[in-house]
Amino acid sequence: MDNQRYLKNVATLEYDSSMCIGCKMCVEVCPHNVFKMTNKKAEIIHLDRCMECGACEINCITHALTVKQGVGCAAAVISGFLKGTEPNCDCRAGASCC
Amino acid sequence: MDFSNLSLVTQPKIDSNWFRKDYLGALRVRLSLGRNNYRVNPGLYKLGNPGKEAEVIVTSNYKLSFDIVRRSLKGLNAWILVLETYGINVWCAAGKGTFGSDELIRQIKDSQLKLYVTHKRIIVPQLGAPGVSGHKVKDATGFSVKFGPVRAEDLKDYLSAGMKKSTNMRTVQFNLPDRLILTPVEIVNSLRYLLYAIIVVLLLSGINSNGYSFSEIWQEGIPASFYLLLAYASGAFIGPALLPWLPFRHFGGKGLVAGFLAFGLVAFLSSTEYSMSHIMGWLFISGAVSSFLTMNFTGASTYTSLSGVRKEMRLFVPIQIALILVGLTLVIVSQLK
Repeated sequence: MDNQRYLKNVATLEYDSSMCIGCKMCVEVCPHNVFKMTNKKAEIIHLDRCMECGACEINCITHALTVKQGVGCAAAVISGFLKGTEPNCDCRAGASCC
Repeated sequence: MDFSNLSLVTQPKIDSNWFRKDYLGALRVRLSLGRNNYRVNPGLYKLGNPGKEAEVIVTSNYKLSFDIVRRSLKGLNAWILVLETYGINVWCAAGKGTFGSDELIRQIKDSQLKLYVTHKRIIVPQLGAPGVSGHKVKDATGFSVKFGPVRAEDLKDYLSAGMKKSTNMRTVQFNLPDRLILTPVEIVNSLRYLLYAIIVVLLLSGINSNGYSFSEIWQEGIPASFYLLLAYASGAFIGPALLPWLPFRHFGGKGLVAGFLAFGLVAFLSSTEYSMSHIMGWLFISGAVSSFLTMNFTGASTYTSLSGVRKEMRLFVPIQIALILVGLTLVIVSQLK
């Protein structure tokens, strides 16, 4: 059952297929099967499943993929808002997170 | 004389069995007790008797992660390279960058891995990929990163399949057991706030048409505390457990529905006569509390994005605040009659 669909049309993932060299790393690292190989090029098939973890971006050697990496955690957004920083689940400080 | 063999002796040797302290430790951290300091030392470990062709498996120094990895490799000889992630699991640490390329490069060099293996492969958990750039590690160390399965339980199958991953092996799940095992941490972490809320509600229960009555604290305050507890359980447990079946994609929406249903059911079944404004008031408060707690479960979930969480918070935090204010007003008004 595909019970892991979050909000529609919010993911910041962007892809320039002209830069793709077909190394398949994005397919390999994506935990939600956002990509598929079509004619030796990556293709985004499930944009709404993207959780912005950033694995594809840092493993894309040609920088064909970009995404604004972040933690999808409300507690982190609140603590970031209170501290005036970017959302960051600082588990070391004992905050409730991951 | 071959000195590389001499230093081999210095690598800590481990096995794949779990003992009582491992089970107790796992139970403890699942309950969020001392979770920030459940660690093993970073560095290279020998699982069984690994030779120069044995695979190298990378993990974090959160002891639960380390224990699950070694248990999953039962019967195999392997090298385990533990990164310093300050006691945080692989995925969360990768998100922060502590389980990252720089730390991996440092551990490969510091452990002198190249003296112990003749091949040039290391297996990094796939969920480490948000922090580990395969090409960067290869450039710096010569070791090529193979992103292994998401779950350590699949490591053996992955290895015996010649390091080939099935779609299932590379996909994150979030099934009922996965969700349930994460709920105690959320429940324990927010207990403090539940206690504050109960104190506030008990104090407000004393308000009545004659001003203030301490006996009302007992009479009205006990059921009120129970409603809060129910809303808490709804948001921190029922919402996460029923996640895929509750309506809305927003976690806040799911929690809201769970809170309404939980209180609605109790109000419907209870025989006590309460005014409509009292019941509506508590319905709103239950929804708000439950919505907030389930919204916080986004941090434990495996598929929410920061952009999505921000979007849902812009919608649901005002709703939660409004429901709390209207709910409290209704309850106090009902006490004044």
